[in-house]
Amino acid sequence: MDLKLKIWRQQGPDAQGKFVEYLVQNISSDASFLEMMDILNEELVAKGEEPVAFDHDCREGICGMCSLYINGRPHGPDTAITTCQLHMRKFKDGETVVIEPWRAKPFPVIKDLMVDRSAFDEIIQAGGYVSVNTGGVPDANAIPIKKENADLAMDAAACIGCGACVAACKNASAMLFVSAKVSQFALLPQGRVEANNRVENMVAKMDVLGFGNCTNTYACEAVCPKEISITNIARMNREFFVAKIS
Amino acid sequence: MSNTLSYSSITKKIWMSLFGLFLMTFLVVHLSINLLLLFDPSRELFNIAAHFMGTNPLIQIFQWVLFAGFGFHIILGVILQIQNWMARPKGYKVKGTSEDSVFSKYMIYTGMIIFVFLIIHLGNFFVLKMQGDVPEFHQPGAGEMEDMGLLVVNLFRNTGYVIFYVIMLLLMGFHLDHAFQSAFQSLGLTHNKYTPFIKGLGHFYSIVITAGYIIIPLIIYFR
Repeated sequence: MDLKLKIWRQQGPDAQGKFVEYLVQNISSDASFLEMMDILNEELVAKGEEPVAFDHDCREGICGMCSLYINGRPHGPDTAITTCQLHMRKFKDGETVVIEPWRAKPFPVIKDLMVDRSAFDEIIQAGGYVSVNTGGVPDANAIPIKKENADLAMDAAACIGCGACVAACKNASAMLFVSAKVSQFALLPQGRVEANNRVENMVAKMDVLGFGNCTNTYACEAVCPKEISITNIARMNREFFVAKIS
Repeated sequence: MSNTLSYSSITKKIWMSLFGLFLMTFLVVHLSINLLLLFDPSRELFNIAAHFMGTNPLIQIFQWVLFAGFGFHIILGVILQIQNWMARPKGYKVKGTSEDSVFSKYMIYTGMIIFVFLIIHLGNFFVLKMQGDVPEFHQPGAGEMEDMGLLVVNLFRNTGYVIFYVIMLLLMGFHLDHAFQSAFQSLGLTHNKYTPFIKGLGHFYSIVITAGYIIIPLIIYFR
């Protein structure tokens, strides 16, 4: 299949970017989206041009590195997948594909389609952990946990921190990400010890970094490759309220 | 971290929800009084209710609570929206195609239109009443009171005003449709069993309230 690509090119963080058009030909419908990008880059290198910079790592949908806002949707026109799992059969022959970086004030563009997502790391550093004192290893089954809570915590922990929620949200809000990280601990007894400080500190950091507010449009849930539920946001709101009044 | 109470995004959203739910209860009271105009074309019941609302000392105090509710809801909404715009200084070339609630995307715009309507609405009734420009209601045995019902009926016989009123109320309905379930989400009140009911109740509330308000000018106009 042949495609016309409109790709955001930006030399560096402070450079003025612009869309550049490329034509790619004879792309297999079985190729992944990133393989198509690799083919484009090989052609650009062969012509002596600079390849398009984009984030990627495991290419198995688990590392959270790949991004790309494709035709108005983070991770492209499919559900519950990352860009590396997107296949070219989701596009029509001759289609124009517009590829943009995540757009949010706390995610500045580094180059082309790569953005700096270290804002998420700062939020995690603010409280997204359980403090563990060194000592003997406790028995794994010493603390009984409800199966329902274990499942919900595991679902929340599936968040790979890719930032698609921020990219899709009309307000560039990070509430789905932060709520998943708050929930995965809040649901477990080991996480309850620091629960109040955790939610207060992580929300405070999220606000300071300049993410927007949640308007409950639920676009984040719709594009999340790990299908993180917006019920986590409600849980975080509850956790936050309880932390504030206690 | 207690100093973040006044500033955090979630705190603002919680207050926004509480004021919003408070204003929704007010809409029910207001509608129930308006509907008296349909059940009693002589306007006596409506005027008695309006007289009570305008003179009862408790309601007079509560009136300022209501104004404060509107004020805080509007101010918070504007602050949140400005922060939201600042969070994405450069937008996308291709508009978002993610599935989301249609009305939720336009809350600030429907909210601003409702605010303008509120000002006009207060000018039409509240200001006239405060200035004492409302005609007296003369009905044997009804006592002395202002004929607020006449003001309403006269306005609802004006074609332009009825069209304007219906459009404004439809936009308010769109605002309410998202607002109801959104308030519960912001307050963290979600549950597998009850959230579908709350969402349904939100649609029901917004339709009944909007239809209730709209039907009054239409019936008076065509009566």
